[in-house]
Amino acid sequence: MSLDIVKFIVKAVVLVFLAAIGLLILYWLFFASNWSWLPEYLPLLVKGFGLTLLLFFISVFFGIILAVPIGLVQVTGPPWLAFLARWFCTIIRGTPLLLQLWLLYYGLGSLFPSIPGIRDSFMWPILREGFYYAALTFTLSFAGYEGEVMRGAFLGVPRGELEAARAIGMSPWKVLSRVWLPRAVRLVLPTLAGETVLQLKSMPLAFTVTVMELMGVVTKIRQDTYIVYEPLMFVGAIYMGLTFIFVYAFGYVERSVPQRR
Amino acid sequence: MADKPGFPEILSFGNTGYGDELAWGAAMSISIALLAYALGLLIGIIGSLGKLGGSPLTRNILNGYTTLVRAVPELILILILYYAGTAALNALFEQLGLGRIAINGFVAAVGVLGFVQGAYSTEVLRAAIQAIPIGQMEAARAYGMSPLLEFRRVTLPAMLPYALPGLANLWLIVTKDTALIAVVGYTELALATRQAAGNTKMYLVFYLVAGAIYLLITLVSQKGFKVLEARVRRGQRVQV
Repeated sequence: MSLDIVKFIVKAVVLVFLAAIGLLILYWLFFASNWSWLPEYLPLLVKGFGLTLLLFFISVFFGIILAVPIGLVQVTGPPWLAFLARWFCTIIRGTPLLLQLWLLYYGLGSLFPSIPGIRDSFMWPILREGFYYAALTFTLSFAGYEGEVMRGAFLGVPRGELEAARAIGMSPWKVLSRVWLPRAVRLVLPTLAGETVLQLKSMPLAFTVTVMELMGVVTKIRQDTYIVYEPLMFVGAIYMGLTFIFVYAFGYVERSVPQRR
Repeated sequence: MADKPGFPEILSFGNTGYGDELAWGAAMSISIALLAYALGLLIGIIGSLGKLGGSPLTRNILNGYTTLVRAVPELILILILYYAGTAALNALFEQLGLGRIAINGFVAAVGVLGFVQGAYSTEVLRAAIQAIPIGQMEAARAYGMSPLLEFRRVTLPAMLPYALPGLANLWLIVTKDTALIAVVGYTELALATRQAAGNTKMYLVFYLVAGAIYLLITLVSQKGFKVLEARVRRGQRVQV
């Protein structure tokens, strides 16, 4: 049984290696890491955390509102609208979010200053601020991904239920709001939960367009203090906590909204 | 230079245009994505087999790995691993008396993205293997197949139809995640685009072109995976 011996040796080597790394990290965490920056920057971090959550909730809220019609027109809409919606989803899903963000912030943002008089208008403070570009990009991105999800969801509702709703005499609008949409959302709730967590994990990208959300503050700390790892681990831990909270919350919602199959 | 080149010329190859820079960036992005994907698959195969058939300790370690990696944003993981990984390697080399080495940005990018992909691959492959009727694998074992033969002849072909949609998704994710490497300063497509755009001040043109390149990669990949899926499903009953 030479295979067993090989297995044992491989296992022992891997375990010793992992244990060594674990001990090193623990040693570093308790004896060598430097957290002296934390009190000074805590107010900024709290502010950044609020901005991150704000960006997240704005993009999820408006993204879902956009996603419903984007999904719906692909199922029942006129061909030209379905075509547009399909390409919107394809383009959003086929390009990196980072690039979309830079396209809007640097690309579109570079066009605005050339418009005469815009610097004096009330729009200028908005057009200058990275936050609004990030909010717009994240919203469109979420709409693109969820539009595709909603398309599948609308298709997944059994035809008989829609026909029954129509046979009772419901108007098309009422069919949508009372039967089609609620059934569709329930069908894809687990998918939406996963996508929402993915959306949460996209928020740090905003720091690349000067938004002082959590990652932006952390980047500032790293530049001010030359401390490399501690701030990154701090923000990683916060995101991990947030992810677990959202996963748990969605699990709770899924369990409390029963579904008959 | 007499005057600044206009829109089509700016994308030409050579000294006046940025076509070659973008092409080089795209080649870098695709190479990073391919190698990271392969590394992720390797980790995924080992990880999924370990999760399903390993000892409780192995399973706990792997659960920790997949949970941790999937709960932290890719960008933050990439920054941590990129800096920590290179620093740790340097420390190791110094301890061994080999002196500091300059760690290639390309290798670091592949390693980091592969490590992240591995966690997702592990979950996709684990779910796919669990979707195989257990009797098929038991039959293979009853025939006296060695674990390797069983994996190659039974587990792999039987799980591929279940795994391929997830794996296709992961490939699309890794091609887009290569853009995150721009943040640590390695010149792939996104950073090449940003530099070209910054130099010429023609932001919109360059970002649109780069977007088109990424979109092309995605569309071609989707077609490829469709063909592949038809192939691995050829033994399956048609789903109604």
